[in-house]
Amino acid sequence: MKPSDHDNEHLLHHFSDMDQQRESAKLGMWIFLITELLLFGGLFGFYTFYRAWNPDIFHNAHAALDVRAGTANTIVLILSSVTIALAVRSLQLDRRRRAGKFLLATVALAAVFMVIKYFEYSHKIHLGQLPGKYYHYTGIEGTNPHIFFSVYFTLTGLHGLHVLAGMGFIAWLAIRTFRNHFSAAYFTPVEMAGLYWHLVDMIWIYLFPLLYLVG
Amino acid sequence: MAHATAHKKPHVLPLKVYLRVGAALLVLTLVTVAVSFVHLGPYNLVVAMLIASLKATLVALFFMHLLYDSKLYFLVFASALGTIALFIVLTLFDTLRRGDIYEEVSRPITPDAVIYSDTARFDTAHGQALPEEGLMPLDTAGIVSPPLDTGEIGEQVDTSDIGRIRTGPGEGGR
Amino acid sequence: MSTMEGQSASKYAEPNYLSATRGLKSWLLTLDHKRIGLLYLISTTVAFVIGGIFALLIRLELLQPGGQFMTSDQYNQVFTLHGAVMIFLFIIPATPAILGNFFLPMQIGAKDVAFPRLNLASWYVYMFGALFALYSMHTGAADTGWTFYTPYSTETTTSVISMTLGVLILGFSSIFTGLNFIVTVHKLRAPGMTWFKTPLFVWAIYATAIIQVLATPVLAITLVLLMLERAFGIGIFDPKMGGDPVLFQHFFWFYSHPAVYIMILPAMGIISEVIPVFAHRRIFGYKAIAYSSLAIAFISFLVWGHHMFVSGQSELAAAMFSLLTFLVAIPSGIKVFNWTATMYKGSLTFEPPMLYALSFLFLFAIGGLTGVFLGVLAVDVHVHDTYFVVAHFHYVMVGGSVMGFLAGLHYWWPKMFGRMYSLFWATVALVVIFIGFNLTFFPQFILGVRGMPRRYFDYLPKYEDLNVLSSLGGFLLLIGFGMVIVYLVLSLARGRAAGANPWGAATLEWSVGSPPPPNNFEQTPEVRHGPYDFDVVKPKRTYP
Repeated sequence: MKPSDHDNEHLLHHFSDMDQQRESAKLGMWIFLITELLLFGGLFGFYTFYRAWNPDIFHNAHAALDVRAGTANTIVLILSSVTIALAVRSLQLDRRRRAGKFLLATVALAAVFMVIKYFEYSHKIHLGQLPGKYYHYTGIEGTNPHIFFSVYFTLTGLHGLHVLAGMGFIAWLAIRTFRNHFSAAYFTPVEMAGLYWHLVDMIWIYLFPLLYLVG
Repeated sequence: MAHATAHKKPHVLPLKVYLRVGAALLVLTLVTVAVSFVHLGPYNLVVAMLIASLKATLVALFFMHLLYDSKLYFLVFASALGTIALFIVLTLFDTLRRGDIYEEVSRPITPDAVIYSDTARFDTAHGQALPEEGLMPLDTAGIVSPPLDTGEIGEQVDTSDIGRIRTGPGEGGR
Repeated sequence: MSTMEGQSASKYAEPNYLSATRGLKSWLLTLDHKRIGLLYLISTTVAFVIGGIFALLIRLELLQPGGQFMTSDQYNQVFTLHGAVMIFLFIIPATPAILGNFFLPMQIGAKDVAFPRLNLASWYVYMFGALFALYSMHTGAADTGWTFYTPYSTETTTSVISMTLGVLILGFSSIFTGLNFIVTVHKLRAPGMTWFKTPLFVWAIYATAIIQVLATPVLAITLVLLMLERAFGIGIFDPKMGGDPVLFQHFFWFYSHPAVYIMILPAMGIISEVIPVFAHRRIFGYKAIAYSSLAIAFISFLVWGHHMFVSGQSELAAAMFSLLTFLVAIPSGIKVFNWTATMYKGSLTFEPPMLYALSFLFLFAIGGLTGVFLGVLAVDVHVHDTYFVVAHFHYVMVGGSVMGFLAGLHYWWPKMFGRMYSLFWATVALVVIFIGFNLTFFPQFILGVRGMPRRYFDYLPKYEDLNVLSSLGGFLLLIGFGMVIVYLVLSLARGRAAGANPWGAATLEWSVGSPPPPNNFEQTPEVRHGPYDFDVVKPKRTYP
């Protein structure tokens, strides 16, 4: 145990030092992340089983998605991943204001993602390309194209919820960063938010080609 | 014990690592979009998945620091991917091989969902609507499926859907 | 554990976790893993009583052929509630969240679990989910069976959504607990507590936690998809919408088969603790038992299709799942072999925890072996959805998990409360439970082989005799479990002081006073020997 850790106000009573506490938090976060991954895993299963049964429908229906919007969103999300990685790096170097700005940039990019998503969704709702029994679009050949849109809306919907949750969490962390709550000695919550955000990005990296490009 | 080790300085990566990885991710995004316009048949999916996996690996190794952190995190992450793979692959052993012996258990049970039928009324509360055409009760071993009964829901488990197979002509017109 | 001699009797006078702070608020906002364990003990006991009442209603209804006092619809709701309450509200949380919470940190020499606030949150999430699931009784309880099979669950007018939402919320509670335990075992072991010095209960809870974390999210997404199917007709499970009902079974059993091991693995861990202590002998095959826990956790993900042999899944998948199912017998057999070998030439004493452990061995062997029968494709087609299956899983779940849980509860009760229950009445209750259990469920094996289908409201007159026996056994079980609750509660007021180490065990939790102090250990213990080194530690019994 390092004597300096006794003075650290962030050390909880049941840990013996800050290293142990930080590593515990990080392992806990990774386990949380894999539960998120498995949650999406079920939906990827939904996609895989129905695509294997009806490859033609998926191929025909995926053309209804807007590749430009999907590409734009991929770029936006990758950029936001870079900014939050840089926010963590800035805190490692104790550059607190810069870290706060990077976090705000991440929130802004996430907002851009959601705006693009909003336009995509409203366009589909307008056309009647809705999931399940609300589907009433007639422009797609083949059997049961509504299932493709069920897959599309459940996958992107769950992903969108994660983006929204991440936005709220990161915005709160940005405020705390500007209030000097974090420093090179303690920035675990920001690091955790970074891991979460990279996972959200990673899931989108798979969603984008599966839904928009190959269908 | 892990916590008894000496204090480790947090590993600070040079700025250019993040920028280069970010640039690589953007380039790969454009590559995968470009390839999708080239018609490669089933290989479109393969190429798209390879590129996506490459991108995900970059994110995991550099942005999520898996390359530099404890191997334990890598193990945790890999266990989740393995579990998803197990789920999907073992289920595909079922879904892709149905009807190998008995054709009537192969999918689809109904070729078209009820929403595409003009005559069928769809109502979740009394979800009894089924397109009558092209369907007839499965008559195996003298057991005839009960006729559709729209009353007394919940009285008995409604297995009428399972007991029916498609016998009508042709594939999926609507 | 070298500190064991240092923990003298004078320690008992110091504040323990029960008396350190007072008032309702100090309990409802506690971050102490021991108190959270007790909160779980109270709430899961209530759930057990509720689930038990439903079970008795089923047995009363089946006392004679024909309707007795329920309609067939009510019967469907009652067996659904019995299954859902017992599985999601009682067995899954019981051992990990009560005994695991209480003793996992103590056994590895930690002051608490890694995330105490998450631990408390998991209890609140549990309560919220439980209330949600039980609220559905008021709005017309689900009548789908606890498995929620489609297409019926997408069509019935009962409140499937609020029931599944309750189960979904309970799943998060289970994930929180599992996450907490994995991190605790990895990061909070005391100095000197290497992996192979951790007690086998810790290994079992660790393996359980892995399953909880990896499988439960899939249940969550399954239930979300089921709700979406009901609300939007998304076409994944409902054949009317182009969906595939068998796919629901894949999704559901991918969680629910591993969940069976969430229920049984902790019980196996308890047996591994109890048997060496009461055989006064080092456990035989420590590493084999530890690794077999992990092996069971792994294999549990490979066998779910054996619930679906008659569902219309592909013949290839059925054959494959049947073969994989037999693999489970290997690690389970390793465990039973090693427990038996531990007792061989040991000096056995037969106090209640040991008697429960022996009952576990006997009943679990029957439950496990009939499971191998059911894994055989041809046999399963014959007895599928009959009372044979009901008997099989009650032998595993009650004969295995509940007996194991009771073994653990009787083993650790004096540590939790510092007082000993009546050993006499505990033995009497055990005999009643053992006889009642076999009387209830053994006839069901015979009924199943003779063709009585499960989940039916009525039966042919030729099944009457065995059903009467079964119902009679059910009421013996009521008496037995009632006695357990009564003497355990009475022991809190009247029990004799148990002392720090009433059974003469060598694991860390017995080295501190009973009840333990708020932070478990005055100083972080230094571990120098294994958990079953009785010949090195020479622990002294403090009771009687």
